[in-house]
Amino acid sequence: MATTTTKAPPGAAATPATPGWARWVDHHRKWLFAAPAMTFVAALLIFPLAWTGYLSLTDAEGSVRAESEFIGLRNYLDVLTDVERFWPAVGRTATFTVVALLFEVVLGMAIALLLWRPFKGERWVRVAVLLPLVATPVAVGMMWRLIFDPNIGLANQALGWVGIGPQPWLAGQHTALPTTIFIDVWQWTPMVVLILLAGLTSLSEEPQEAARIDGASTWQRFRHVTLPLLMPTLTVAILLRGIDALKTFDILYATKGRGGGSFHEVETLNVYAYGLSFDYNEYGVSSTVLILFFLIIIGAMWALTTRRKEAQR
Amino acid sequence: MRPRTSYQVFRGVALTVVVLGLIAPLVWMVAASFKTNVDIYDPGKALAFVPTLANYATVLQQANYIEFILNSLWVAFAATVASLILGVPAAYSMSRFNMRKSALVVLMARVIPGVSLLVPWFYVFSNLKMVGGFGVLIISHMFVSLPLVVYIMMGYFDSLPEELEEAALVDGLTHVGAFRRITLPLSVPGIATAGILSFIFSWNNFMFALVLSDADTKTLPVAIFDFVGYASIDWGGLMAATTVVTLPIMVIALFVQKYVVSGLTAGATKG
Repeated sequence: MATTTTKAPPGAAATPATPGWARWVDHHRKWLFAAPAMTFVAALLIFPLAWTGYLSLTDAEGSVRAESEFIGLRNYLDVLTDVERFWPAVGRTATFTVVALLFEVVLGMAIALLLWRPFKGERWVRVAVLLPLVATPVAVGMMWRLIFDPNIGLANQALGWVGIGPQPWLAGQHTALPTTIFIDVWQWTPMVVLILLAGLTSLSEEPQEAARIDGASTWQRFRHVTLPLLMPTLTVAILLRGIDALKTFDILYATKGRGGGSFHEVETLNVYAYGLSFDYNEYGVSSTVLILFFLIIIGAMWALTTRRKEAQR
Repeated sequence: MRPRTSYQVFRGVALTVVVLGLIAPLVWMVAASFKTNVDIYDPGKALAFVPTLANYATVLQQANYIEFILNSLWVAFAATVASLILGVPAAYSMSRFNMRKSALVVLMARVIPGVSLLVPWFYVFSNLKMVGGFGVLIISHMFVSLPLVVYIMMGYFDSLPEELEEAALVDGLTHVGAFRRITLPLSVPGIATAGILSFIFSWNNFMFALVLSDADTKTLPVAIFDFVGYASIDWGGLMAATTVVTLPIMVIALFVQKYVVSGLTAGATKG
């Protein structure tokens, strides 16, 4: 840890030849180094967030130059009693995140364990794992849109080979959300694999050896040795993936377009808020949805990190 | 050679399935980009087809993609360089002075949904008549890449021993001089990691450009939608467009695989 930095008195390191301004810079380097980035982030984050908070209490709509009136908590009341769009969107966001995360963690763990010990051809598997991750999400959505096309897509052709009838996939009212979850799992399981693999590689061999000498089976070694040791890494993976899954936008927009499809079948909170803001210019209501969305994200993160601390105790 | 155990056989089969599952869709996309629309509609021509460059001609000439490629390159490059200039010294301060609260503010940028900032940004930047220009695009993409740079570089500086800088101080360098002449040269691998990751994420970013760009400044992920009509989709053109967007970034990632992996997993094993 870098905690002891000012052992030498200020300016003591500099030779007498150092000009005064350089001494001043040197002495104040802590904030001079950090300030530009901090100012940038603060200007683009804290102030806009406060503005979104303010807009959520107004009836702002239409043009960004239009007058708006302060209406208190009315938007919140409207949104929280909206069972047509808001609550279904909350449900879809939760379903999408939980199901995608579940598959990504289980598959990611399985693949990471398979990759753990060195083997011939490892290079190629690692390449395959990396490719979906760096591919542009919108392009990935379009790619799957072709594969899942009900008439010409590869997916239905493949089902035909094994004697299963064609499925509507993205076009179906009830199959669209599961299909987008599949796409998310395809693209982001590799992320979990890489993180868990980094964790596995950093584990020490000794506990494994000890368990093996004690006659523990493969499953017992995984369950009682590897998994507990890997828990901190697993939490990081879940946290990183969970936040991004909650905010999924690109593949939903690419596969279903505005409003999450004609029946809003993949309309998550992020897609809903985007539509309110930029398709309908309902800035007040959309800000309310966004503030609530933000609170949900913070709540989920808080729940996960406190659970983790309890688990460590 | 050791005898093959049943686990090794299982592992071979399982990993083959994984690799095929991850690669096959991408191969399908690239294959479709070399097919005529008639061949795309014909299941019999799944893999046996006469390749055509017509889709790429459409994408690069008619659809103006040369311009969008340059837009994407410029925005990603500028956002990356600016993020490194702002982010590397900031990460250094945050690491050496243990400014964890400040770091948390920067990392908030990774947590918050982009839409919730886009509305106020849109208000401000349209009043400044900046919407549709490169400036606002670069600024918005920096919002993605700067936290990434800070996050990766903080981890890197944490792992860099301070003794080297202290030795430089004894030799008469100032703190800033030690940072410039000792720490920065030693940080090249970290800076490369941060730069590559920041470029990839900026190149792939869609939502900010969707709102803040216009017909002349739009980036590739937004331009993909030019091939999606209300009534029909030009699948050949669309797949050529998606290939143009993803293939360069995948090829780059393969060449610098080590950096990409270390960037993506930065901080994951510290707990």
